[in-house]
Amino acid sequence: MQSHEQEKNQVEPDKRQFLTFCLGSEFFGLELHQTREILEYKGVTPVPLMPAFICGVINLRGEVVPIIDLALRLGRPAITLHRRSCIVVVEIEVDGNQVVLGLLADSVSEVIEINNNEVEEAPAFGAKIKAEFILGIAKKNDEFIILLNADKALSPRELAYLIEAEFE
Amino acid sequence: MSDFSGAMDTFYAEANDLLAVMEEELIGYDNSVDQKESLNSVFRAAHTIKGSSGIFGLNHIVDFTHVVENLLDIARDGKVNVEHKLISLLLKCRDHIEILVHTEEADFKNNDELIKQGKSLHQSLLTFIDDETVTNDVLAKQSESPNNKQQVKSGLWHISIRLNQDCLRNGMDPVSFIRFLSTLGHIHKIETISENLPDFDNYDPESLYLVYQLTLDAEVSQETIEDAFMFVEESSDIRIVPPNSDVSEYLSLIKNSPEDESMLGQLLVSCGAITESELFEALSVQSDAIENGDIDLKLGEILTEKNNISSNLVDGVLNQQKEIRKKSNIKESNFIRVDSERLDLLINLIGELVINSQRIDLISERLKDASLNEAVESLENFTEEIRDAALDLRMVPIGATFQRFKRVVRDTAEALDKDINLIIEGAEAELDRLMVEKLVDPLTHIVRNAIDHGIESSEVRLEKNKPAKGILKLSAYHEAGHIVIEVSDDGKGLDSDKLIKKAIAKGIINEKDSISTQEVNQLIFHPGFSTAENVTDLSGRGVGMDVVKRNVEGLQGSIEIESKPNKGTTFRIRLPLTLAIIDGFYVESENTNFIIPQATIVECMDFEQHKSIDNRHCINLRGDMIPFIRLKEIFKLKNRVKTEDEVLLSNHREKLVIVQFGDNMAGILVDELNGEIQTVVKPMGQIFQLLKGIGGSTLLGNGDIAFILDVPQLIEVATDRENKQHREREKSSER
Repeated sequence: MQSHEQEKNQVEPDKRQFLTFCLGSEFFGLELHQTREILEYKGVTPVPLMPAFICGVINLRGEVVPIIDLALRLGRPAITLHRRSCIVVVEIEVDGNQVVLGLLADSVSEVIEINNNEVEEAPAFGAKIKAEFILGIAKKNDEFIILLNADKALSPRELAYLIEAEFE
Repeated sequence: MSDFSGAMDTFYAEANDLLAVMEEELIGYDNSVDQKESLNSVFRAAHTIKGSSGIFGLNHIVDFTHVVENLLDIARDGKVNVEHKLISLLLKCRDHIEILVHTEEADFKNNDELIKQGKSLHQSLLTFIDDETVTNDVLAKQSESPNNKQQVKSGLWHISIRLNQDCLRNGMDPVSFIRFLSTLGHIHKIETISENLPDFDNYDPESLYLVYQLTLDAEVSQETIEDAFMFVEESSDIRIVPPNSDVSEYLSLIKNSPEDESMLGQLLVSCGAITESELFEALSVQSDAIENGDIDLKLGEILTEKNNISSNLVDGVLNQQKEIRKKSNIKESNFIRVDSERLDLLINLIGELVINSQRIDLISERLKDASLNEAVESLENFTEEIRDAALDLRMVPIGATFQRFKRVVRDTAEALDKDINLIIEGAEAELDRLMVEKLVDPLTHIVRNAIDHGIESSEVRLEKNKPAKGILKLSAYHEAGHIVIEVSDDGKGLDSDKLIKKAIAKGIINEKDSISTQEVNQLIFHPGFSTAENVTDLSGRGVGMDVVKRNVEGLQGSIEIESKPNKGTTFRIRLPLTLAIIDGFYVESENTNFIIPQATIVECMDFEQHKSIDNRHCINLRGDMIPFIRLKEIFKLKNRVKTEDEVLLSNHREKLVIVQFGDNMAGILVDELNGEIQTVVKPMGQIFQLLKGIGGSTLLGNGDIAFILDVPQLIEVATDRENKQHREREKSSER
């Protein structure tokens, strides 16, 4: 996986696009090609017995899509819902299958282009996020943006394990 | 030729069918009533595979299969002792053919290992023939030399190929025949008769108008050439004139062709079949003959007469062809092959249709227009029928899957040196093809486990006064909208003491815990239970029983074990018939929507508190004690703050839905009964795989999401929870 990532970095041109959004006071970025759309936060059906970081499921044009509170997932306090709360729909590939997930975000800011050489490695500690969830850290307009590795941070297997842990 | 790839698909499908026949017959050989016929079937299958591979120019398959076929041929004649070992070897050869069929010829040539494997299989085959002459016979046949009855002198064959006009449409390319013939020898010359080509307006590009005349320089028997044309359509006209035949035969060929005589004569000359003077002579002879009132003989008659081809042999080949045709005709007339993806697409689309028709229903109810309501109602009825018909398309009998296990059982038993009789029951029970595919792995695991750990070796069995041969039974039957699949053995059964000890050692249970027999048996499904030491190389490809359970649960099914010491163990898997669209019953609890699969519902009623038995979660239903589950309790649904209206209605009764699953009956307490609904199952995805009691989700007509209850799991959860409570209570009372 690691080598795959490096390969990608080598093959792709030196610029990458990220969709940035807010969780609390922090900025996060997701690779643009992994995001599908942004929705208003509504019509979320809670799923019984699920831990808090699973907000529920929505009907996305006939597809049942789980919604995840990314802030809780990353060990931050839960997002308080407000008027501008929204859902970022992401599409990741797991074992060759497309998996669609919705992420609860405080607000979506903008799409930014980041040069690969602007991306710094995540500090060994301090970010309070598992290192493997982070692609790197970028700086834009004096704000640090944590670029997330969606495949890792949102891996359904990983999420299922987390749920299992909550059950016991 | 674009149709060629279509024909290739047919070839693969046919080869797979034939390989399946070979496998079935070989495995069943020992117990076969008519062993001769079994061998015949295997031979026919091998022969047909070789034949059709030849047509497609797949020489690597032809070469290997040829030797196998020849051995089978002499085995049919009783010249080889067909023993257990030979059957095993033939099975391996079958597998090899299977690999070859799925290997491109070009890849094969670069695959030394495969070539080596083929050679060593050939060698092994030959060791089964003790008679040296027979060995030579097999090898001689391999080099494609004819058998002595029809030895022909070197010379030119003349072959006239007049294929059915429709042959291109059926995926037969005349070029492939010519290509195959060129593998037999050297094609001296080909002439094409294009006389039949219609004018442009009448020309159909998919029809074949050409007739080929060719001369072949090959030292082969007539049979070999005839074999090449084994699969042409009945209405095709193939004429083969052996080398150095009497001129009259060429004449007969000319005579029986619809083309202009003189032109065909010229063609024969230009092909080099005959010389001009011979032709001239012949034509005059012919006219003489006609004048004298002689009947013109048919080519076939002349052939048999002149060449003394044993007519038995010809008949044999003909019958064989007929039989194969008959078989394939039956199949073709009743079945069509459809790409399963197309079927899946259809079913998905019908799923959307169902959801949309429910939406329309909702709207029409609101509009309260009588004629609209009527139309919508009939639309809904038809949708339901279409749904059922479409789902039915994907239903397959489980028998074919069970057949596969004959091989698994045979191989496993052989490797472990155990003697096992496999009994199959209920092969005709049907279920969704998608389910079948996902069932193979867990079933394989259970079967292997049963043979490895369940059934004892013959010696031990005899000591225990059991028959030396162990019995493994695969059976299937339908029960209340589900299919039940059982794998049972008559082995030593589960050793509950050992299980408990191990579970304690692994920290799965506590020494003080008292657990029921069923719970003890369920221990083997615990993730931590199967370890490297009991996963032998056979009974697990690193897969434990917990994965089996997970797989089954992933299919909305359940698995239970029944085991008696020294009597055997039965694994019982219960599965819904389909996962795509089901009949559901829409209920509500605390504003959460649930669907209960209709197949599990026995009845619905108002819940009357006084009928429930004291503090227990049970009611007395006509004398039976039925436990019940309150959905809002089991799913910990949050109590909403009640509005004033709701407080007024607080004597509003809960409703009880009685469900049945296997032998268990239970009640499910809900707030509202909203009626029947067609439910398109949307899987919840991997994230929710641990959510017990909910098997999937669906969309209601208004776009809301409802959760589909998995009744057996729900009951299991309730049982587990209660047991846990008991245990905790016991623990606290001990203190």
